[in-house]
Amino acid sequence: MPTISPASSERSADMTPLCELRDIRVAFGGLHAVDGVSIDLFPGEVVALVGGNGAGKSTLVHTLSGAHPADSGEIFINGERVVIHNPRDARLHGVEVIYQKLALADNIDAAANVFLGRELRTRTGSLDDEAMASATQKVMQRLNPRFRNLKTAVRSLSGGQRQSVAIARAVHFNARILIMDEPTAALGPAETSQVRDLITQLKAEGIGIFLISHDIHDVFDLADRISVMLQGRLVGTVNKVDVSKDEVLAMIIAGKQPGEVSKEEIADLHAPAQHTAE
Amino acid sequence: MTDVPSVVDSRADRPARSWREFVTTSGIDTRLMGMLIALAVIWIGFDSMSHGKFITSRNLWNLSVQSVSIGVMATGMVLIIVSRNIDLSVGSLLGFLGYTMALIQTQGKISVLGLNLSISSLQRHQWYTWILALAVGLALGALVGLFQGVIVAYVGVPAFIVTLGGFLAWRGLIFRTGGTKGQTLSPLDTTFTYLGGAPERSLGNWKTWIVVLIVCLGIVSTILLARQRRVRHGLAIRSTAMDVGFAVGGCAATVLGVWLIAIKYRSPTTNKSVGLAYPVLILIVVTMVMTYLAKRRRFGRYVFAYGGNPEAAELGGINTRRTVTYTYVVMGMLCAISAAIQTARLNSATTNLGVQNELDVIAAAVIGGTSFSGGVGTIPGAVLGAVVMQSLRSGMSLLNIDSPSQDIVVGVVLVTAVAVDALLRVRNRRGMLGALAGGVLVAAWVIQTGRP
Repeated sequence: MPTISPASSERSADMTPLCELRDIRVAFGGLHAVDGVSIDLFPGEVVALVGGNGAGKSTLVHTLSGAHPADSGEIFINGERVVIHNPRDARLHGVEVIYQKLALADNIDAAANVFLGRELRTRTGSLDDEAMASATQKVMQRLNPRFRNLKTAVRSLSGGQRQSVAIARAVHFNARILIMDEPTAALGPAETSQVRDLITQLKAEGIGIFLISHDIHDVFDLADRISVMLQGRLVGTVNKVDVSKDEVLAMIIAGKQPGEVSKEEIADLHAPAQHTAE
Repeated sequence: MTDVPSVVDSRADRPARSWREFVTTSGIDTRLMGMLIALAVIWIGFDSMSHGKFITSRNLWNLSVQSVSIGVMATGMVLIIVSRNIDLSVGSLLGFLGYTMALIQTQGKISVLGLNLSISSLQRHQWYTWILALAVGLALGALVGLFQGVIVAYVGVPAFIVTLGGFLAWRGLIFRTGGTKGQTLSPLDTTFTYLGGAPERSLGNWKTWIVVLIVCLGIVSTILLARQRRVRHGLAIRSTAMDVGFAVGGCAATVLGVWLIAIKYRSPTTNKSVGLAYPVLILIVVTMVMTYLAKRRRFGRYVFAYGGNPEAAELGGINTRRTVTYTYVVMGMLCAISAAIQTARLNSATTNLGVQNELDVIAAAVIGGTSFSGGVGTIPGAVLGAVVMQSLRSGMSLLNIDSPSQDIVVGVVLVTAVAVDALLRVRNRRGMLGALAGGVLVAAWVIQTGRP
């Protein structure tokens, strides 16, 4: 019988989560995109947020990233209540985001993108492009040693290189909480495995990661816990080791808790489930 | 220009690769180089058609002065178009600001948007009259820019609409400024007219050389400082030969250009070297300041980031609305500078001052490589675009081609330049050559058939 718990069962009760979202609500007009969801994240942990299209995963993390503030609910970082109005606030609390569409300005170079909105400046207030290029070079050595196109516009980079730029932006500023929205959606197989290695590496450094993904294989490979959303509500949070892929699919599609679902229902699910798993 | 991955690199043939490598490591702007070549072709073409009348110091000196007003405004238009907006009001705003500045000098009246302030001491000529006029013009230009920018960025009215309104309103306001009913205001303050650039009111011999010296020192120190900064941060540097080459080449081009155009041009009355015109000096300073603003200030970086991807800029925590507003403030101030230059040149202000300038300014920016899809454009490119346009007009005037035919040619060149740029971007070399040949042929045919 798998346990459904807000926190990982292996953790002692007194450990503070790195990040906790409590009873978050967001409505667009009359539609409740996120309706009273609570999730948490511990250091060095990957929590996957899964659910169908329109389940509210992105909207939920947007409240943490500052892209779209919550209507109500509370956010705690290291046990302290914080208020996040905009991306700037989120960054001040060590929250960095890697967006699905990468959010890079295509027409400027890698260093300019890494430091976008947080440029290094000289004493006279001019941009210190050399310092930024040098810092970017250092981060890139860690993330993607083959990367050397520091001076070209990111438009001319490959998908994987662009992804490195987006991740470098988060890593350079010592993110403690990283939100990755479909990080491998636009990538080829080689680049996808690169990103997976990177997630493992960041995890080892004690960074907490919220991973939004459609790819159930990615989720089972990378995540420690899985939070499933359906129609704006949290179906449940499970430890990866306690559940099967089928049980998670049942949560995603039917909103059934693991254990509630019968063998026949799982068999029924398999036609649409294969689509989701692709 | 793209730094190709090594897999492709090994397959590329040697010469192409080394040329590409040279371009990448040197940081040469290939588009700017292309424009310089196009400009040289235009000059040589007109010179041969006019039997050597085009490339003379007198003609080029006049050309340099005539390009200034549009060039100054084009540097601001680059930032506006790069951030995916437009400003159709610059011609009308120029007229309005020019008229306001002239009113201070001719009647001692400061008339700002319905507020009339008559200052008795200004009725007579004062040493500070021209400074006051210029300051009021700059402040009013910034204010109008702020107003239009706020409506675009914060209220959310499309820039095309806001500035179309401005286009109508500022021109109309000229007729209600200071209760003058639009009469021509003349003559202006003597010191002020130095901004207009007449041969007898230019820098002369030795002051021109001082400017040249400062520019050369600027070139050398920029290259040296950039090299130092890169060394300090452990970044790859260009070879010494390349840096020395750029320094020497830049200084030589400056000295030679100024000598051929400004020093060799002797005043017909006094037979002394005319030297650089003050407005040309203004254009040089404006170009440098605007390039610095665009390349090495956060504001410029944000303008380009916003133009490249507005969403990314927003998510990067950039105050995009403020950035857009500032582009209009800068544009308003540049309009004031151009207004001063144009009125000073005419030694008067008329109601049709700056008519159609908005189109010339946009055309100059676009010929200079500014893209309407946002995020792409350079300040020197826009200035060069203004020089290209003025060269076409001036060359055709020299050939006695009437103004409607000139408009046709400029229109053809404008569309050709953008087509060539668009085709180069998708690496369609054949299409690019076709567009170029087609445009040049049509332009040449219009010129040839338009000759009296």
